[in-house]
Amino acid sequence: MDKALMSGNEALARGAWEAGVEVATAYPGTPSTEILQNVALYDDIYSEWAANEKVALDTAIGSAYAGRRTMAVMKHVGLNVASEALFYASYTGVNAGLVIITADDPGMHSSQNEQDNRNYARFAKAPMLEPSDSQEAKEFVALALALSEEHDTPVLIRTTTRTSHAKSVITLEDRETKEKRPYIKNPPKFVMIPAYARRRHPVIEERTAKLRQWAETCAINTIEWGDKKIGIISAGAAFQYAREIFPNASILKLGMAWPMPEQKIRDFAAQVDRLLIIEELEPFIEEHVRQMGIAVEGKSIFPAIGELTPERVRAAAVEAGVLAKNGNGHTPDVGALPIRPPVLCAGCGHRDVFWTLRRLKVTVNSDIGCYALGVLPPLESSDTIGAMGASIGVAMGMRHAGLEKENVAVIGDSTFFHSGLSALATAVYNNTPIVVIVVDNRTTGMTGHQGNPGSGETLRGEHGHRIDIAAVARALGVKHVYELEARELKEMQNTIKEAQKSGEPAVIVARTICVFETSHNREPYIVHNDDCNGCTLCFRIGCPAIFKSDELDEKTQRPKAWIDPVQCVGCGLCYDVCARQAIEPGKEIPVMAA
Amino acid sequence: MTNKKANFLLAGVGGQGTLLASDIVAEVGLRQGLEAKKSEVHCMSQRGGAVTSHVRWGEKVASPLCEKGTVDFFVAQEMLEAMRWLEYLRPGGTVILSQQELPPTGTVFGSAVYPDKERIFTTIGQIAGKLLALDAVGVAESLGNRRTANSVLLGALSAELAEDEQPWLEVIMEKVPARHKEVNRKAFLAGREGAWELGD
Ligand SMILES: Cc1ncc(C[n+]2csc(CCOP(=O)(O)OP(=O)(O)O)c2C)c(N)n1
Repeated sequence: MDKALMSGNEALARGAWEAGVEVATAYPGTPSTEILQNVALYDDIYSEWAANEKVALDTAIGSAYAGRRTMAVMKHVGLNVASEALFYASYTGVNAGLVIITADDPGMHSSQNEQDNRNYARFAKAPMLEPSDSQEAKEFVALALALSEEHDTPVLIRTTTRTSHAKSVITLEDRETKEKRPYIKNPPKFVMIPAYARRRHPVIEERTAKLRQWAETCAINTIEWGDKKIGIISAGAAFQYAREIFPNASILKLGMAWPMPEQKIRDFAAQVDRLLIIEELEPFIEEHVRQMGIAVEGKSIFPAIGELTPERVRAAAVEAGVLAKNGNGHTPDVGALPIRPPVLCAGCGHRDVFWTLRRLKVTVNSDIGCYALGVLPPLESSDTIGAMGASIGVAMGMRHAGLEKENVAVIGDSTFFHSGLSALATAVYNNTPIVVIVVDNRTTGMTGHQGNPGSGETLRGEHGHRIDIAAVARALGVKHVYELEARELKEMQNTIKEAQKSGEPAVIVARTICVFETSHNREPYIVHNDDCNGCTLCFRIGCPAIFKSDELDEKTQRPKAWIDPVQCVGCGLCYDVCARQAIEPGKEIPVMAA
Repeated sequence: MTNKKANFLLAGVGGQGTLLASDIVAEVGLRQGLEAKKSEVHCMSQRGGAVTSHVRWGEKVASPLCEKGTVDFFVAQEMLEAMRWLEYLRPGGTVILSQQELPPTGTVFGSAVYPDKERIFTTIGQIAGKLLALDAVGVAESLGNRRTANSVLLGALSAELAEDEQPWLEVIMEKVPARHKEVNRKAFLAGREGAWELGD
């Protein structure tokens, strides 16, 4: 049998293909993005990016109703957006199998919170599986689809950043194609008007009871017996750390996060002296076990905040006296080190926008995307960032409440289509005087440059229909719509001022460049040492291509600027901000005719 | 195969190719019949941020992350990053260091200070059993492509592991673009041979 080293995300895609999935939908979001990108490599599966997670899940539900095995994928906060769909799908059930993947992000490597989506399984009354490595990730997709069909329910799979992005070995198998199940009209099942929904609720409760029964004997809730002084219940990535740090302990590994096998847990607990729960984030298993009347320790020992790591598990266990200290506990004294946070790329067009907003000293209600990096020094020009699409609503609220300063909303193109549209409609409807700047770099940059309705490029690489953002704003009734190049700093500054004076909703589509997608067609810029006096103005745009040179200015004794020709892509912002004309533009690179 | 079990840490800066290099190390482990796991973080860290990747070889590997203080081979692609992740090194472990300095933007617009070379070498020396400080970028540049610096480092690593070059070259050839195969092969061999001379 063939084996391959795959990330959890690649394995989930492989699992979808092997299990006969025919339709897959998603909206990108770390750490889930590569799942659909890998699904798209299989021609047998129709796959697409939706404009947001709710649309992705509605679409997936429709496909499952119509009789095809289907997968929907999103990051943890994406399931908040899609939760409406999850709840009704739990009531209606499916027809062909439906698996929903939620990729959680303990430690917030690239998210705004670390919510624990196991809670959604209990909340929505849908079963959830939780793989702990790539092989399980692959196998659990097939299992989830079979469960979905057998129990007429959507099935959730929860991964975390660690299981999604870590690579381990998987065994490759062939694809098993499934006959399309016929769709048969059945309003009492598929139409959730109150009269029918009331009839569905008991069906759902019965389903959970049956699934709990299944969980008792299923092959993915397993016990590895060892020393019985300590018994550990664990799941997901945390299981691997538990195994690593407690090589001899007995471990009950729950491959199914919800519902839990109560009898199995009781039997296990009865046989060990001390029962510990090692789980990432919330005390989800722990509270359930305690509710069953079993003495258990979990979050009193192991942290509930942040991602677990082998050393965090060990340190917590040592601190609690569960483990003896080992020899690893040395720390070299490296002293204070400069941090290295992510920064806007050299040449990124978002820098033009935030440089301008900083100069205008307005309050900035920003949003989620690469442009969120505008909050960091030296640009430091964002006041609020919450969740995707929040910028416009928060900006409106600040206006209603009589904010002392002018404010603007900043939103990316992908985010605009994700959840900016209905907020903008609200602004027009109530004639709320807000200025919305759409930073349009024609790509979903933050998550690795996926297409979106504004770029027109589809997941399968086709050029679909590109939706014109300015036209959308006009169609929604915005009277003041401006389109400009963010690189033209003066024009952008004047336009923002003009829009603010209008006293009505205004939209500025600021076209910016994503240097991953297109280029400025210029050679690197050069600093003329004779003219530079080390004034530091160009340092303050935060460009990663600009460094302090070794040469000091005689008068000021400050280091002069130096532009790294390898990193500079020739955007010219430093040239625009330099007050001494010490920077020379790179030559234009002629664009080759296609 | 002399090392049935090994923990590796690769650390660099977004854009330096840390992830590809660690993919190669993991794959080499697999080719030798070992279990291999690898873990990294994508996304935010790639926009010029700090990037690390853990690789573990063994008969059986549970955690995809190395525990602090257990890394046998630490490949640092940048001087400051070598300091940042040094606590992962096992006392007596080996550090393969590219002497490249990439000052983060905070040292340019702010008051943060890049640690000096002397301090970096002494600190590493206090804990490492062996430090190989290579001018990996210089070697790569002399071969005509500075982006092959990672192959130089991997060459040095393979020599430190006292291993056959074959599986390494095989995997590198599979993973790099066709037009860069030859220069990467040269870079790997340069790192492999040079490693001994540059020793501690
Ligand atoms: C509900 C939700 N879904 C997905 C994400 C992941 N995510 C973060 S930013 C972003 C899109 C950014 O694209 P865009 O608005 O075009 O801005 P850019 O990054 O290109 O500047 C996505 C999908 C998220 N944070 N929240």
